[in-house]
Amino acid sequence: MKKSVLVLLLLLSAVLTYAGGYRVSVQGQRAIAMGHTGVAVVNSAELVFFNPAGLVYLENKLTISAGVSVVLSDVIYQNSALGISSETDSPIATPLNLYGAYKVNDWMSVGLGIYTPYGSRVDWPVDWAGSHLVNTIALSAIYIQPVVSFKLSEHFSIAGGPIFVTGSVNFNRNLSRTLTDIEGERSNVVIDDSGVTNWGWSIGAMVSPTEDFRIGFNYRSQVILQAKGGEATFANVPNSPAVPATNGTTTFDAELPLPAELSVGLSYAFYDKWLFAFDYNRQYWSIYESLDIDFGNTTQNPDSRNIRNYKNSSVYRFGLQYEATSKITLRAGYYIDESPVQAGYFAPETPRNDSQGYTGGLSYAITPKWAVDLSFFYLRFDEVEASYDFYEENGQNVPFGGTYKSSVFSPGIGLTYKM
Amino acid sequence: MKNRIYIAILALVFFSCEPEFDTPVESAVYTSGTVDFSNYVALGNSLTAGYADGALYRTGQENSYPNIMAQQFAFANGGEFTQPLMEDNTGGALLSGTQILENRFVLEAQVTGEGTPDDPAFSPKRLVATPTTEISSVLSGGFNNMGVPGAKSFHLLAPGYGNVAGVAAELSNPYFARFASSATASVIGDAVAQNPTFFSLWIGNNDILSYATSGGIGVDHNDTGNIDPSTYESNDITNTMAFAGVYSQLVAALTANGAKGILLNLPDVTSLPFFTTVPYAPLSPLDPTFGPQIPTLNTTFAGLNGAFAFAGFPERAITFSTTGASAVLIKDESLTDISAALVPILTPTFGVGLAMIYAGQYGQVRQATAEDLILLPSSSIIGQLDVDKVAELVGMGLTQEQAGQLAVQGVTLPLGDMYVLTPEEQAAITAAQTAYNTTIQGLATANNLAFLDVKSILAQAANGGLPFDGGLITSQFVSGGGFSLDGVHPTPRAHALLTNELLDAIETEYMATVPRVNPGTYGTVTLSNDVN
Repeated sequence: MKKSVLVLLLLLSAVLTYAGGYRVSVQGQRAIAMGHTGVAVVNSAELVFFNPAGLVYLENKLTISAGVSVVLSDVIYQNSALGISSETDSPIATPLNLYGAYKVNDWMSVGLGIYTPYGSRVDWPVDWAGSHLVNTIALSAIYIQPVVSFKLSEHFSIAGGPIFVTGSVNFNRNLSRTLTDIEGERSNVVIDDSGVTNWGWSIGAMVSPTEDFRIGFNYRSQVILQAKGGEATFANVPNSPAVPATNGTTTFDAELPLPAELSVGLSYAFYDKWLFAFDYNRQYWSIYESLDIDFGNTTQNPDSRNIRNYKNSSVYRFGLQYEATSKITLRAGYYIDESPVQAGYFAPETPRNDSQGYTGGLSYAITPKWAVDLSFFYLRFDEVEASYDFYEENGQNVPFGGTYKSSVFSPGIGLTYKM
Repeated sequence: MKNRIYIAILALVFFSCEPEFDTPVESAVYTSGTVDFSNYVALGNSLTAGYADGALYRTGQENSYPNIMAQQFAFANGGEFTQPLMEDNTGGALLSGTQILENRFVLEAQVTGEGTPDDPAFSPKRLVATPTTEISSVLSGGFNNMGVPGAKSFHLLAPGYGNVAGVAAELSNPYFARFASSATASVIGDAVAQNPTFFSLWIGNNDILSYATSGGIGVDHNDTGNIDPSTYESNDITNTMAFAGVYSQLVAALTANGAKGILLNLPDVTSLPFFTTVPYAPLSPLDPTFGPQIPTLNTTFAGLNGAFAFAGFPERAITFSTTGASAVLIKDESLTDISAALVPILTPTFGVGLAMIYAGQYGQVRQATAEDLILLPSSSIIGQLDVDKVAELVGMGLTQEQAGQLAVQGVTLPLGDMYVLTPEEQAAITAAQTAYNTTIQGLATANNLAFLDVKSILAQAANGGLPFDGGLITSQFVSGGGFSLDGVHPTPRAHALLTNELLDAIETEYMATVPRVNPGTYGTVTLSNDVN
């Protein structure tokens, strides 16, 4: 048992991808198929993430949902004035989600969720034009969340619970645009840390004026991951005391905020077999002001200050569900995802502009207890002229810019068990 | 069957999800205009070869303007560009196992305090490493970069300039010896044999520069009227008529098959930090070793100054200021040598022995003025004791202490001719340079070739600087970013900037469109404490 948990955690940490900033909206196959709506949808144990207050309205004693998405992402960059072009070669990410809900009695349910709402993996070619900003980055955060949900009346429920977060980071970049050793090899640093933990919490509420109409509210607190004493490895640094680094390993401290998220939304069932859902997400990205890295073997603090100045951003999600037959349920959705990145702060480590998501999927009930959930989403990004203007060289800001375009496609599969 | 359909659908999905630009850079409208970049050959000297930091080494070659430019030409049907790469990044080279070329300079940082670079004092020093390039291991195959460090204009025409057998006796060039097609080959012959479709020619710098960097110890053949370069010594100035003849032969050979190209003119030596870094008056009264000596020095020189006046040359009086910086003493061979006149004047005061020594040492000496250029190598010797001179003076009967007092370089011992370019020497250089540049520009116009006025670009670097995305590239030694640690040759960043200027000129002349490079992403000088 313990071993399988470990394997699960390892798989989860191999995860990653998209949405604004490093938010990854892949927290449930049924929700994904409906534009990742769910704060007011009572459908499965995915509610642990979307709004645990809805758990008390699930009909079954025990509900379990598990799913995996296969995320294929690609970013291309070019600067036609300089004839430069690069393309990321990011590995396929497979974020998982696992939820369970148990109805204790008529007015109380408990649940447990394991999911990965934050992460990013971008692998640019080594020593590419923006390598002074990033060569490769891999972030992931695994949320483990127990919840308890109370039905206060036929029309109103509340829920909440603590969240345990464990995260990891691996970030590789060159020390500057030009520093090399005597052989002309670019000076480089990799910072790596894992098992960085902290706690957060979430609360939710659901109002159900009628059986067909629900309004949901959910809030997940921010979590600041503080890496202390992580491993920083310098390479190709010239042998000179004028460079405040030497080849080899030292420690580093850094902080990465995982912002709070507020969701409000509604769902409305109509014509017997149809369900419409709308979610509004507010992501409090303004907490991410800068990525500061302080290396252990230097007196300067911090050694590397990377201004981010993210802004709070919104996502508007629309989903539709249709029960085609007693066994097949079809789903589709659409969403508009605002980027938290402001003009002039477009760093290639999270090269995200505004995007539109197109989603779809279906559930097939194999038996009354078991259902397979299929999902896919495609994120469409406009081609964008953007730059990061706050990289400093000898006290002067040196912009790095060009044209970027991203795309993300993600098929997914899940299983739902009801008893 | 079903599986195949799934795979096909999946493949389609994969394919359709790849992001694509509206106008991908690969298909952008880059063009070579009216010329053909498919076989570009670069001719020139060390500047073209990518020589930097006092040596030729791989990363310098990779960042040479011809190589950078060829990478940009590749966007407009440019072909492969090959270079006779050195074996390493040490610079230096061996001939039959013996090192004959020195290693590159690197920038040493001297640390003050406990391991923190509080106020690092930087100084260029030769890298300590063993070079692995063997001159006699001759490379085969033609090379697109035909830049040969040390080459003067007429060397490009000379058969046998790359004969390995002549390297030891300095009859041929070690760099060309590595890749000459035969012992009797000439640079121009090997270049033309490649049938270039496009060429660049930047030659003539060494026709004045070796005279300039040697402090004008050579002969100006515009004075002698000698137009036979085969009789020239290495530090001479090439006769301008001889230059014009050689240069037009080079252009004729390169354009014979209809190839087009670009000609580059020659910068002022005053644009190079080698000539502008050391001030003419570097002696500060605040210097703890020099300052306290000033009263004694002035008392001693007062006697000599009286003798100068008595001999009729009062303007040669030597004084050191206690409030401001003083000029160094230099030997100026254009001055009348008054040694013989000084001996009888000085004998009553100093005795004949010392009088002879003083007269010999100061007979052709003055303090430098703002018009003199003090050369970079003097920076490490000014104010230092010349131990050879001490030994010489002790041999002439002085005590060790007396000898020491007369052997402080630039203070009591005048800097030799090789450390100074006097106004007369500068005038000779400028006159030749102006004539060469007239020839170069005239031939560019006459042959409808692109032309780049490097002289103006470097003048701007020396007076204000050239902008790039990280600030300014200037001629300031070490910190300016434009010049490598030998003070003469460009850094990779300057090569990148030069490439952009060349592309501007090529686009204008030939209606080509080629992307530029960003000089900010090219490095400058290399830090290393692997020095002695």
